[in-house]
Amino acid sequence: MLDRTALEALAQGLRDAEPSSVLGTTFDRGRAEIQIDPSRNVEVIEWLREQGFTFLASLHGVDYLPEEPRLGVIYELLDMTEVRRVAVKARVSVEDPKIRTVVHIWPGADFPERELYDMFGVVFDGHPDLRRILMPEDYEGFPQRRDFPVGGEPILFTYNETEHYGRDR
Amino acid sequence: MSSISDYRKREESITMSTESAGMGETHELLTLNIGPHHPATHGVLRVIATLEGEVVRDIKPVIGYVHTGIEKTAEQKAYWKAIPVVERMDYLSYYFNAMAFCGAVETLLGLEVPPRAQYLRVIHLELNRIMSHLVWLGTSALDLGAMSMFWYCFREREAILDLFEMSSGQRMHTRYFQVGGVIEDIPVGFAQKVQKFVDGMPARADQYADLLEKNEILLGRLRDTCPLDAETLLGLNVTGPLLRAAGVPWDLRKAQPYCSYEKFDFKIPVGSVGDNYDRFRVRHAEFYESSKIIDQALNGLPEGPHIADDRKIVLPPRHELATSMEALIHHFKLVTEGFRVPAGECYYPIEAPRGELGCFVRADGSAKPARVHMRDPSFVNLQATAPMVKDSYIADLIATLAMVDPVLGGVDR
Repeated sequence: MLDRTALEALAQGLRDAEPSSVLGTTFDRGRAEIQIDPSRNVEVIEWLREQGFTFLASLHGVDYLPEEPRLGVIYELLDMTEVRRVAVKARVSVEDPKIRTVVHIWPGADFPERELYDMFGVVFDGHPDLRRILMPEDYEGFPQRRDFPVGGEPILFTYNETEHYGRDR
Repeated sequence: MSSISDYRKREESITMSTESAGMGETHELLTLNIGPHHPATHGVLRVIATLEGEVVRDIKPVIGYVHTGIEKTAEQKAYWKAIPVVERMDYLSYYFNAMAFCGAVETLLGLEVPPRAQYLRVIHLELNRIMSHLVWLGTSALDLGAMSMFWYCFREREAILDLFEMSSGQRMHTRYFQVGGVIEDIPVGFAQKVQKFVDGMPARADQYADLLEKNEILLGRLRDTCPLDAETLLGLNVTGPLLRAAGVPWDLRKAQPYCSYEKFDFKIPVGSVGDNYDRFRVRHAEFYESSKIIDQALNGLPEGPHIADDRKIVLPPRHELATSMEALIHHFKLVTEGFRVPAGECYYPIEAPRGELGCFVRADGSAKPARVHMRDPSFVNLQATAPMVKDSYIADLIATLAMVDPVLGGVDR
């Protein structure tokens, strides 16, 4: 596992290779995390790939309401030979939720990036097919955001079926 | 955004590009919709396949038909009330879902799980793995024309569900795993019944192999169909039996042991070429390995408490409520508000029957999680279907879907 010292060494290497890409590091209860500049995500990930973190274990989003920038895009990277993990976090704002895709590095990032777009509204520039994946195609809003209410969904009966989304069905 | 024409336009984006295959005027590509209600898709998976005659040129899986917003629901619940919700994601591996979530919360709390609880967890996890593979084997063999396998597999599955019922009172979605351990110690006679089951399981698995290995049709449909090499699979972030079938011995129980898996002696079955036959054999071999683990866990089961002894997190024993005021207060606080988890984030990966199941939990210091995300192996592995079935027959698409073994409850969450 990656310990605190190894994480700092890794972050320092990253600072040298990609200046001003690292915003900070956290080591908390065994979890190593590097916060990065969202505009440099592809360079950072490519550099970490060269250091052995060749496997994208997971890609998920978090809404940090009320902190700014609100949306977090987290890449859980895994080094299968050394068996160590590091999380890379890029924060983007709700107003401009844009980050570059990593589908060209890992084709398997396709579905997770679509899920992030679907649930949080993060737009992945360069993604070949960025559509909603779990919610209906004509759904409005991004349900995993913290300010999206639970139970705000209108229940469709015969009398109101023409008033909500899916009215053409 | 909601106008009808926009909707139609977005719907069109699903259809395949009809790239010319140089077929002239007498041939054309056919777009075939399979599912979401089709028995061979093992749930509500919809596949849009582009065919040239009988050959699959491309497929696009369309998912979301059983999306129930479990991750959102879990954010509204206290940590211990979120366990039954996350269990319902991948409905064939509910112990694993609970394990990933509880493991993440325990890491955030810094809570030590007693050895007996860890062993009881291992017993139930491995029983669950056998159960999940039995459903896979039964339904897959059914797709491939081996009808009787379904009944044999479900006979053994019933025996496992009876064991779950005995230890927890429920056959599915048992809520047996709690933060800090398991809800109750195993009842008298449970160990003997599990022992009887694992003693018989290898012989049963031999019988399945005898039935299937000499079935010419089944072998013809599995051998050398839809292989995919390890490098492509790794690029697609595929884990679990699919990756091991391609010869990569990656198993989190060995690589990054959790829940005292390092104390058990077992092997990781791997395939060689990564075709459908290897995928079948790898899962089949896991019947034996899981039985071995359960046998060791049962015979090495340590004495001691079945759940951690932290009264701020774990419910007090029932008998104390009648005599201890303090226990009553703890009980009241835990049931009404739940325990608070110090702020932080955790990603807890475990080896589920289909691959790496990782639970990401973000705690904000309150009694409810601020974010729960499950990296479900079915969701990620499903992406590998398209490269697997490209340029093979449509019959092989059915066999491959069966061998990929997606559980749509886990895919859609």
